[in-house]
Amino acid sequence: MKGISGNKLLVKALREEGVDTLFGYPGACTIDISDELYKQDFTKIILPRHEQALVHEADAYARTTGKVGVCLVTSGPGATNLVTGLATANYDSVPLVCFTGQVAKHLIGNDAFQEVDIVGITRSITKYGVTVRNREDLGRIIKEAFYIARTGKPGPVLIDLPKDVMAELGSADYPTSVNIRGYKPSTGVHIGQLKRAIKMLAKAERPLFLAGGGVNIANAQESFTRLAEITKVPVITTVMGRGAIPTNHPLYIGNVGMHGAYASNMAVSECDLLFSIGTRFNDRITGKLHSFAPHAQIVHIDIDTAAISRNVQVDVPIVADAKEAIEKMLEYVAGCSTKKWLDEVGEWKVEHPLMMKDRGNMGPMDIINVINEQFEEAIIVTDVGQHQMFTAQYAEITHKKKLIMSGGLGTMGYGLPGAIGAQIGNPEVPVISISGDGGMQMNIQEIATAVLEELPIISCVFNNTYLGMVRQWQKLFYGKRYAMTCLRAGAACRGKCGEVPCPPYTPDFVKLAESYGAKGIRVTKVEEIAPAFEEARKSKKVPTIIEFIISPEELVYPMIQPGGTLEEMILDC
Amino acid sequence: MDGNMKKRWISLYVENQVGVLSKISGLFSGKSYNLESLTVGTTEDPTISRMTIATVSDDETFEQIKKQLNRLVEVIKVIDFTDVFVRMKEILYVKVKKCTREDKNELFQIAETFKAKVIDYGKDSLLLEFVQTATKNDAVIKLMKEEFHSIEVVRGGSVGIESISMMER
Repeated sequence: MKGISGNKLLVKALREEGVDTLFGYPGACTIDISDELYKQDFTKIILPRHEQALVHEADAYARTTGKVGVCLVTSGPGATNLVTGLATANYDSVPLVCFTGQVAKHLIGNDAFQEVDIVGITRSITKYGVTVRNREDLGRIIKEAFYIARTGKPGPVLIDLPKDVMAELGSADYPTSVNIRGYKPSTGVHIGQLKRAIKMLAKAERPLFLAGGGVNIANAQESFTRLAEITKVPVITTVMGRGAIPTNHPLYIGNVGMHGAYASNMAVSECDLLFSIGTRFNDRITGKLHSFAPHAQIVHIDIDTAAISRNVQVDVPIVADAKEAIEKMLEYVAGCSTKKWLDEVGEWKVEHPLMMKDRGNMGPMDIINVINEQFEEAIIVTDVGQHQMFTAQYAEITHKKKLIMSGGLGTMGYGLPGAIGAQIGNPEVPVISISGDGGMQMNIQEIATAVLEELPIISCVFNNTYLGMVRQWQKLFYGKRYAMTCLRAGAACRGKCGEVPCPPYTPDFVKLAESYGAKGIRVTKVEEIAPAFEEARKSKKVPTIIEFIISPEELVYPMIQPGGTLEEMILDC
Repeated sequence: MDGNMKKRWISLYVENQVGVLSKISGLFSGKSYNLESLTVGTTEDPTISRMTIATVSDDETFEQIKKQLNRLVEVIKVIDFTDVFVRMKEILYVKVKKCTREDKNELFQIAETFKAKVIDYGKDSLLLEFVQTATKNDAVIKLMKEEFHSIEVVRGGSVGIESISMMER
């Protein structure tokens, strides 16, 4: 039998797809693929320290480059460690192609060593998943995977590769075109619907744009800003949509939802037209559904038909890519008379500006303000928790400053690997991660990857010695019973909290950073913040971990009670 | 929301591949959609299977179900059977055991009335085959349960196809 092995065809496919970076962790079932990758030099192989971090790195790489992130892991535990990362990418519509090793076909179903039905396990958290059962299908399947991952609403695709199929010789051809009869992503915009929406926009007295993550994914920030400027319609964003319009723009009001700005939540509650683009109206955005935008007609542009009229009933649905729709709109829109409405919004902004009370010690806002001042260009990556919401509220995001995070799934442990993936994809841009001390410890092993890849990321740890967001709920709604949230708690104080001294905090992040060969800085006072970042910025090849000691009593405000309405905000007082 | 809860039918063209059935049924369970019946078989094209699905849902959920099914790469086409003329039948086997002579006579009468076939015959048992709408099969099962003590029921789930002329189900 002539031809090349499946392993060789896979490498050829990666070359044809222009894969310049591959995140991989080896194992018995993929050792032949590793061997083929050893012989090439078009793609850089990154070896993280854990497969979960590996997917997050590929995910952040994809989010910040617009390319498809590519992962290669082995069968069994290598594959199952992908699960959280796949769900993260799926929820936030990130294009990934993940190759998993699999035992040889004759062993599948035998409980073979490191065998797991990964396609079955990940069926509901991938856009598409398939086991390659025949060598002759391999090229077509890889081609389709890249196409499915990046088109329509992007998402992760998993390809499971049995070892024997990959060893088999077969055609060396890699297809150049794709034709999948069940998958035809929608293109173009329904002009009739769009004109109807524009007419409503012109008639509205209190129109409001709501930009979601879709605007950022479609890379439509500049067109969207122009749209807002021409129409003079104010803008609110979801957390994932932050940066759709520069956050220092006069038409920008703020984030909406559970921790949205007072003015934003009031604007949604009072607007008469909510023109939304690229959002799924998640529960963290709407609060109690019946009281969401009660006076508004709703226009909804989304690439995903299933996102439309699912949570919120929509008056004008438009299925389209955000960028395509916005650019089409620019051909038709005119200025709206929104002066009175803008004044009203302005009053809310003055009434309850987005601010943290000065409690006399270093707070999260002080740190984020320094980042805003010192960095003209940056990629900011957050973990999940209070620090994420602080960042989403206070970080200035412009066309040169990007914010990424696990918004949908809310995956703790995303921050550090996210920064690594972003820096690998954008070597020239300063990359800052912001994590809590909880999330930081979920993928802390990745400091090794950052050190060895010589990535000058600045990894900020907001250390309040607690799992702060859960603690915030406990403080506000659970009678200050801080169950399971203290990261100092252990055997020494079990059942005796408050009676015996607290055990010392572990780890010592500065020493830990140093032991990895990274730089470690501890900051406890406001005046130390700026010098710490200046110090970190001097480093061109070494990552810096900056630990900020902050009070656990700093809470994220405003806050809407889970299931509450947007108008019933708890404000900082 | 409950006001428009009713049984609805969908016909699906899907890729005839490993895992597709699991993907479809997993979508229903994962998103808490009711899945009342599902049948699947290959078509004239061996690479395509066709499913007939019954679900009890309200209007909004039903719209979601169709959209979610459409999103799946393996789903080639979704046809809503709500407003089209279709031919739809379900096969039902009822085995009646411990029959007396009178029971058997009654069963032959039931078979005649429902256009069922008696397809097997034992000393004290009979096997009946019904091919009719699922609703009629429901009625048959109810009747059989009331009339006979020892019965065994197997039903196949409905299969449906669009009518050529405008016919009722």
